[in-house]
Amino acid sequence: MDLTTVSSHRLARRREDLLLGVGETLLAGGTWLFSEPQPATTGLVDLTTLGWPDLEQLPDGSLRIAATCPVAVLRERGGLFAWCADALLMSPKVQAVATVGGNVCLGLPAGAMTSLLAGLDATAVVWTPDGDERLVAVADLVVGNAATSLTSGEVVRCFDVPAASLAAPVAHRRFSLADLGRSAGVVIGLRTADGVRVTVTGSTTRPVVLADGQGVEAIDCWHEDAHGARDWRVAQTARCLAEVREELG
Amino acid sequence: MIVNGSPTDTPPAPGQCLRTYLRAAGHLDVKKGCDAGDCGACTVLVDGQPRQSCLVPAVRAADAEVTTLAGLGSPDDLHPTQRAFLEAQGFQCGFCTAGFVVTASTGACSDRDLKGNLCRCTGYRSIRDAIAQQSAEVAPGGRAARSASDERASRPPETAIGESTRPPAAVDVVTGRAAYTLDLPADDPATETLHLAVLQSPHSHAAITRIDTAAAEALPGVHLVLTHRDDPGVLFSTARHDSRLDDPDDTRVLDDVVRFAGQRVAAVVADSPAIAEAALRLLHVEYDVRPAVHDPESARAAGAPLVHGEKDPVTSRISEPGRNVVAQTHGEVGDVAAGLAAATHRVHGTWRTARVNQAAMETHAARAWLDAPLAEGGRLVVRSSSQVPFLVRDELAHVLELEPSQVRVTTGRVGGGFGGKQEMLVEDLVALAVLRLAERGVHRPVQWELTREQQFTLVPGRHPFRVEVELGADDDGVLTAMRLDVLSDTGAYGNHAVGVLFHGCHESVALYRCANKRVDAEAVYTHTVPAGAFRGYGLGQVIFAIESALDDLAREVGLSAAEIRRRNAVVPGDELVVNGPAVDDIVHATDGLPQCLDLVERALAATEDGPPGPGWLVGEGLAAAMIATIPPRGHHSTATVTLTEDGSVEVGVGSAEFGNGSATVHVQLVATALGDRVDPARIRVRGGDTDAAAYDTGAYGSTGSVVAGGAVHAAAQDLARRLDAGETRRPLVGTGEHHGTPRSVAFNVHGVRVAVHPPTGEVRVLRSVHAADAGVVLNPEQLRGQVEGGVAQGFGSALQEEVRLEDGVVTTRTFRDYRVPQIGQVPHTEVLFADTVDPVGPLGAKSMSEAPYNPVAPAVANAVRDATGRRPRELPMSRDRVWRLLTSEEDPCPIP
Repeated sequence: MDLTTVSSHRLARRREDLLLGVGETLLAGGTWLFSEPQPATTGLVDLTTLGWPDLEQLPDGSLRIAATCPVAVLRERGGLFAWCADALLMSPKVQAVATVGGNVCLGLPAGAMTSLLAGLDATAVVWTPDGDERLVAVADLVVGNAATSLTSGEVVRCFDVPAASLAAPVAHRRFSLADLGRSAGVVIGLRTADGVRVTVTGSTTRPVVLADGQGVEAIDCWHEDAHGARDWRVAQTARCLAEVREELG
Repeated sequence: MIVNGSPTDTPPAPGQCLRTYLRAAGHLDVKKGCDAGDCGACTVLVDGQPRQSCLVPAVRAADAEVTTLAGLGSPDDLHPTQRAFLEAQGFQCGFCTAGFVVTASTGACSDRDLKGNLCRCTGYRSIRDAIAQQSAEVAPGGRAARSASDERASRPPETAIGESTRPPAAVDVVTGRAAYTLDLPADDPATETLHLAVLQSPHSHAAITRIDTAAAEALPGVHLVLTHRDDPGVLFSTARHDSRLDDPDDTRVLDDVVRFAGQRVAAVVADSPAIAEAALRLLHVEYDVRPAVHDPESARAAGAPLVHGEKDPVTSRISEPGRNVVAQTHGEVGDVAAGLAAATHRVHGTWRTARVNQAAMETHAARAWLDAPLAEGGRLVVRSSSQVPFLVRDELAHVLELEPSQVRVTTGRVGGGFGGKQEMLVEDLVALAVLRLAERGVHRPVQWELTREQQFTLVPGRHPFRVEVELGADDDGVLTAMRLDVLSDTGAYGNHAVGVLFHGCHESVALYRCANKRVDAEAVYTHTVPAGAFRGYGLGQVIFAIESALDDLAREVGLSAAEIRRRNAVVPGDELVVNGPAVDDIVHATDGLPQCLDLVERALAATEDGPPGPGWLVGEGLAAAMIATIPPRGHHSTATVTLTEDGSVEVGVGSAEFGNGSATVHVQLVATALGDRVDPARIRVRGGDTDAAAYDTGAYGSTGSVVAGGAVHAAAQDLARRLDAGETRRPLVGTGEHHGTPRSVAFNVHGVRVAVHPPTGEVRVLRSVHAADAGVVLNPEQLRGQVEGGVAQGFGSALQEEVRLEDGVVTTRTFRDYRVPQIGQVPHTEVLFADTVDPVGPLGAKSMSEAPYNPVAPAVANAVRDATGRRPRELPMSRDRVWRLLTSEEDPCPIP
């Protein structure tokens, strides 16, 4: 939709361009920003002109995913990447434009890129306004429904997925009120050296990482909205948790 | 930007989406359905890739090549995908067609590829057919591949009765030439249009104590601010019926009391939507917030906050404003207590249905202007997305104190209705704005296009019902008593509350012959968004309860679902009785119901479907529905059929075409009546305009074929008589009319086999069969499409659609949160027709638009009961509800 209060569209070419003026907001794919009224926004700062490579292999074998990488590009890697991309409500037309970073930074419980990256124990590289950067686990970046731990002026540059996670056996389950609808819960298990690490998203307001032996009783942030009642989400999460753990033996 | 091969000359603005840019540049084939990336109607190709243009910042496409539907092909040179949609009739209203054709033109054909495209009319079967046809025809390299289908496309369509005649506007729809409500070219008289925006109440119930409009009025580009101080002072109802006395006068254009969160508070008219919205933010409103009641059960309790307590029950036609009751019926025939006492078998339960949204792809919209100053004989012209142009004309005249002759209401092609456009929801405000501006010497058109969010928060959806049913039967399963207690929640206004309550309790109850019947039914006000007309008009809610209870009764007695209905349904000649004297203008003369029951029973028995996996339970269910072919209390239509000097035939009829297919049937009726006296390829329909005919009540209550069609057929017969009498005058006009009586009844039976997965609550439809008693089938493909579309909406209501409220505030405000079935979510339905000839419909046909929707939810519920042993009592049967039903400790419905 038209963002009727917006009067400027600035293309970012250098990191300094990311310092936001009053009323400015960052524009990545734009698929969420242009889908809801944004009455407080008067200017857009386009991240996609920074030219960040979508995907990079780092020397330690980890995978660097640019915040501006389109979901569809990540989906092409197949496996858990494709499965999570399709756990999103968005259509392929939107996937082609929507970005991984945009999905995570929205902080929505059903943000399946958060599910993916939290599930793979990825780390977000956050550019701070002082020119420095900080690292934060994706599981800790999203702190509530539509809330992140980003502070004013911070920009997510990329997500680094450790090589060990890329190589580890994974199991995943999803549930929703309609097959092609928004996920009501996503449970991803990763077999690590320390046991099975399970990440719950969608049914919770923020990602919850469960260690071996921890059940759904350990979860204190259940989410309820039009996409499923709380009691059903608790039960489905428990069912998926059991299935994921069984699959990863 | 290059659009359809031509460069554009204006630069895109920051914050502007590509759709707005394209429409402003004259590319009106790009549709605005949801404005949020959920429905896909605005899909275009950006550098060859399909994109929802509402989500694309126009600035980003400044150097792109953009192709819209009209750029893919033209009527003389159709793109293969356009041809496939034309031949398969892959559309009804056609508002979503641009998005489907553009997306599919790239070869994107899977359910996943098309999950971002919604269609509310078809149920997707015909769209699947079109896509399959395209896939078969499009060779690598695209357009060169032409085959037998070219021959089919160039052959003149058969217009005889019983042929699948193509809709007259088909080529225009698939090529993007069909003009919907706001698809007006820039050189139209309605140039330099002003835009209206509305401030909505944040409170469920409040008096407006002060509105400061000064800052808004001072904003450059603002022409007018309207508040309750500008209200004309006439109470009316947004609901429209042939008689305005059918609905309570409880509504004002702008009231000083708001009765639901979302109600209009003030309106701004400005040069652009952006300025109008900016001005809304400058309005300062003070409210005296009052107690509110959101729950229909509590609304009747002593001491409950009153929604219209100050209104006069007689002049406003509100049953009991002091008890929040807008309409009620209490009555009994026979002796229900005795009937229950004498019964061998008794069942009893309470059922609830959800608030549902019509979700027509075109939102409500209107543009109004004066064609000349009123003092100089000019008229107020309102172009609106309406099912009832004449009724809107008359009520606008009433509210604005004009003569009906001073108002013209006209429609373009209407992008879906489903009852939602049997209301006056936007026309009053744009008309008031035009008149107020004219008083100030400003003569410019005013336009208001609702947002998708306003479709959920401002305008009516389907009435939620609570229905208690008690049935008694003898040893043979023959009913000895039927008792119903019905509660309908009409929300803050009583539009359609009366009609929906009475109609809901009529054919549903009258379907069964039983000497002892009692119905107590009330419709109550609550401080929530109003409910209104929705496909089925109350019947679906009550049928859900009765057909579920009857299923329980069949189990008690030990009869099949079909057999208990055979033993109890009315037969030709029976009176149709509810809780008092029978109506006297319904002819029940055909044995459609037994045929439909046989057809569905046989189709289910002829198939087997196993569980999809371990842990799934499989069950079958069916349900029946009856509907009068015409609404009661008057439905009138006049029509002309004119043979012109050049040999073409013009049909003038008042009813609008909104995907119901009436225009197609009208062509067929005229072609049949005139035979070889005229060239059937030269029949044109002019409809949806108060200037096109003398009068037409409108296209609701499934009347497009039987009432407007009846008038058209009579007019064509009149013309034929004149020609046969040797009249040589040209133009030669035949006239006809129809007055909606006598009426008849149509029957529908739906059957399903479902699998239920108790651990998740998922209900999967394995097989779906629908039998319809439509009388003589005038157009098989179109009728099948109406049935499939109704059934698809039925599955939506049965399984997944629900408008949710929290503290009276609507929280499902987008298609993301409101689950309209997508292409992968609607099962295939086998559609079967009974063999009957209606004694009163045109050429033996019955109406068949609303009816297929009604039996779907109870059929699914009965199948879930069959599979699991537990009885669903609440719609939708969403996975969380079904899971809860199957895991709760206390079994609400022990297996008999």
